Amino acid sequence: MKKFAWFLTLLLALSVVLSACGTPAATQAPAPVATEAPAQPTEAPAVTEAPAATQASAAEPFKVAVVMPSAKNDLAFSQSMYDALLRVQEEMGADQFQFVFSENMFVVDDAAAAIRDYASQGYNLIIAHGSQYGSSLQEIAPDFPKTSFAWGTTVDTFGQPNIFAYEAASQEGGFVNGAMAATLSKSNVIGVVGPIETGDAKLYVDGFKAGVLSVKPDAKVNVNYIGSFSDTALAAEAANTHISAGADVLTGTAQMVVGAIGKAKDSNVLWFGTQSNQTSLAPSIVVASQVYHWEGILKEMIALIQSGTLGGKSFKADLANGGEVIEFNPDSNVAADAQALAETTIKGITDGTITITLP
Amino acid sequence: MISELFSVTVLVGILASGIRLATPYLYAAIGETFGQKSGVLNLGVEGQMLLGAFAAFYVTFTTGNLGLGVLTAMIVGAFMGVAMAFVTVNLHAEQGISGIGFYLFGLGMSDLLFQKLLGRVETVKGFQAIYIPGLSDIPGLGEIFFKQNLLVYGAYLLVPVAWFVLNKTTLGLKIRSVGENPDAADSVGVSVAKIRYFTIILGGALSGIAGASLSIALLNVFQQNMTSGLGFIAVALVYFGAWRPLGVLAGALLFSMINSLQLWIQVLGIPVPSDIAVMMPYVLTILVLVATVSRVRAPSALTKSFEREN
Amino acid sequence: MKKVFQSDWVSRLIDGLLPVFATLAALALGAVMLLFLKVNPIEAYKALWQGAFGSTNAFAETLVKATPLLLIGIGICISFRGDVINIGGEGQMIIGAIFATWVGLTFTSLPGWLVITLAMIAGFLGGAVWGGIPGFLKAYFNVNEILSTVMMNAIAVQLMNFLLRGPLIDPSQAQLASKIPQTARLSEVFRLPRLAPTRLHLGALIAVVLAILVYILLWRTTLGYRIRAVGQNAQASRYAGIKVPRYIVMALLLSGAFAGLAGAIQVYGVNYRMITDGSASGFTGSAGFNGIVAALFGQLHPIWSIPAAILFGALLVGANSMQRMMQVPSALVTALNGLVVVFVVSSEIWRRRRQQRRLAIIIHDEGSAPPTNKEKLEHMETVP
Repeated sequence: MKKFAWFLTLLLALSVVLSACGTPAATQAPAPVATEAPAQPTEAPAVTEAPAATQASAAEPFKVAVVMPSAKNDLAFSQSMYDALLRVQEEMGADQFQFVFSENMFVVDDAAAAIRDYASQGYNLIIAHGSQYGSSLQEIAPDFPKTSFAWGTTVDTFGQPNIFAYEAASQEGGFVNGAMAATLSKSNVIGVVGPIETGDAKLYVDGFKAGVLSVKPDAKVNVNYIGSFSDTALAAEAANTHISAGADVLTGTAQMVVGAIGKAKDSNVLWFGTQSNQTSLAPSIVVASQVYHWEGILKEMIALIQSGTLGGKSFKADLANGGEVIEFNPDSNVAADAQALAETTIKGITDGTITITLP
Repeated sequence: MISELFSVTVLVGILASGIRLATPYLYAAIGETFGQKSGVLNLGVEGQMLLGAFAAFYVTFTTGNLGLGVLTAMIVGAFMGVAMAFVTVNLHAEQGISGIGFYLFGLGMSDLLFQKLLGRVETVKGFQAIYIPGLSDIPGLGEIFFKQNLLVYGAYLLVPVAWFVLNKTTLGLKIRSVGENPDAADSVGVSVAKIRYFTIILGGALSGIAGASLSIALLNVFQQNMTSGLGFIAVALVYFGAWRPLGVLAGALLFSMINSLQLWIQVLGIPVPSDIAVMMPYVLTILVLVATVSRVRAPSALTKSFEREN
Repeated sequence: MKKVFQSDWVSRLIDGLLPVFATLAALALGAVMLLFLKVNPIEAYKALWQGAFGSTNAFAETLVKATPLLLIGIGICISFRGDVINIGGEGQMIIGAIFATWVGLTFTSLPGWLVITLAMIAGFLGGAVWGGIPGFLKAYFNVNEILSTVMMNAIAVQLMNFLLRGPLIDPSQAQLASKIPQTARLSEVFRLPRLAPTRLHLGALIAVVLAILVYILLWRTTLGYRIRAVGQNAQASRYAGIKVPRYIVMALLLSGAFAGLAGAIQVYGVNYRMITDGSASGFTGSAGFNGIVAALFGQLHPIWSIPAAILFGALLVGANSMQRMMQVPSALVTALNGLVVVFVVSSEIWRRRRQQRRLAIIIHDEGSAPPTNKEKLEHMETVP
């Protein structure tokens, strides 16, 4: 009994010591810079040069915190933002630009806590990279008028002076992918594997379908939403189903498509990717990927923030401004044929001659 | 459009898909059946699967040796089984909860190891479909039954083996007696602890193989949380199968067939909202169980820890 | 006799703290993992403590996290004592939230307090239905509740996806091509009041009050007595005239109801709308599972579940804070979560051994015969 009383006192003493040692959150040194060299091959981004960030405060590094709903190496949505931040850091230099991240924040409530925490630590820009975080931002942003927040993918800034919104016109790249898919398909059956029929995924899939039908109006585009962002096995089986139904070209969106890509590889079926460059996963069959290059938007935001505008603007990444780039697989033998068509389609979209009608 | 569902291509596709999809469920559920028959509930199956999946993938990725990959998965799963057995048999911990703890641990650990050892999503050349001369060429049936890979065949061979062990061997008798009445078994000299250790470790090893069947046979890729609830469904299927290997097989097939059916429904463009389609396997599993009302009892000692009355 | 009584009290306190010791042991093992990741464990755990208790805001976050854990936990107390395993908390929480949100979106002209009350009731009912179905299936069709609740969880997620991108979608989203699957935001007056400037909301207080009520339910009402009786010995209860199937249904129904209420409070106190990312845990934060653990930490007793939920909530909040501070992978947090659960659950054995020893001491002191099984049972059943 006495022994346990000792344990108890020790525990209490320990807790007192710990809390005494703790420094208040505000004066904490900023978290370490993410200096990991990217393990994944970074394609030379074909971005149009965004306005160089005016170094208004050249002495202090610009600090960014990003909250993402999935893994930073998911080869899809979250990775696109993570890669973009790495590229910005490369350009601006690690001493001028630092960022920290919280990944796998699929619990909306935890993400809200993270955003609030980062805000109270004095980061210049906090990126809430997920459409489900909007509600949280609406509440938190007014409490931190000196911090800038960015929310994607959406157009809504809630009328707040310190919220930026950004989205990708994924239907554009989808359309281009679809057009290419239609020309490359010999069976005229094309399959799509999607997560849930909403948001960015829906935009891409709708655009893709329109693109296919614009080239071959009686091609069959079979769409399968598997109901989850993480069920890799089901995505793979969905791909199998498409292939059994005669598809010889596939596409899909969100991180579970790695399963589908694997199946496509096994059956020698062509793949078009989106969100991130998916060539590395299956160099034999990936034709091209629509890659989100958020760097342009990021640099614009940084410039605005450094000149005093903390929000109120919404950005769109599309083919015209280099926010979306169709990156081809250099090793694919069909890529060359498709490239010409892609270029004309992209031109058509950017100069307005092609309009994408969504359902 | 619904008529398309009844074409030969589609039916063959559904059956072939279903057989493939059922593989990981079978490994995991049969393993869990052994455990539950001896009175232990293991809700940590999913964690064991994920660790096994990663182990198999990493070993295959670095050495190119598939057999070694499967072996590693088994060992990793077995290790988790040892931990679970210790916690359950020696420490008499509440089984359902400790299972959830192991699940979370396996989920986190597999992800952590993936990030540190691999860093990005990769593919391997996994088990390929085996071509059986003669049988594979049978139209329809050949596609469904005779063009699968080794681990798929393994899962189905496991069922009669499990049935045999549980029903026709002394070991099986001991397992069942420990699950029904551990006090009586103990008094007759059966070591309850040893039997439970055995079944739990076996269950762990089989869960490991279940994971391997995903990462180096069916999907040939590893991704964090790639099982996405599979382990829990596998545990549920044990109840569906009334603790009989054949029943478990029926459950796994039912669930997987309906899953592949809903995939086809979507692909064929039959106007069912995608979410409702995805729901189908879950709803139908419950409905079938309700329709086949049985009075089968669980092993009496299931989830109850055993302590010798001194 | 007095001497026994005093040491008995301290002894019981230490029993209550065993989960804390176990948590520390798990964290020690976690420290090894941190070292492997080249992270300073002292710094990391300091960050964890800071994140959970380091400031008023941190503590408020802990309480906000603990609220659904407590609500689900007290529901689990009911079901486990009825010998029913309810792992359907995730689905029940979602359905309850949907019911409650629907109320807030439909009855927009009613006064705030009324809508909140109706919404809470709706959440309670929604969860009751989602828990009652497995209960009914178990009682009358012998469908095992682990199977049915696991299936119902998956069904609930798909139902949520369907409703949130269809009938219940935010009208402003319906216009856009992207259609984020979320409902409209609840109007200001419909939200649970908060203790500004923190996020601590009235739901926390509601949870505590309900914990007390559930204690009363379980030990001071006939319903509670019967649920526990069926849980202890269904056969004997049947012979005693208790309609066993009915109380099996009640155990799962009530358990589900509290989970549903947790969902309603999460919407009205924290998120102010429902939004889905296609998974259950995106909304629930795995409260359906963590609540079970919290209940176990609290020895399946509603009152003890209160500090247990706070402790577990602190762990979760602190670990997330540690992740941000030290930039460790979130996977580590999940693994740590698992370790804590395993360690705490394993520490039970010491609690029981100590309890048996205490019983032996008492009997020895009183110089009477060794306790019969019935007496042992009664002693263990005694409410602290």
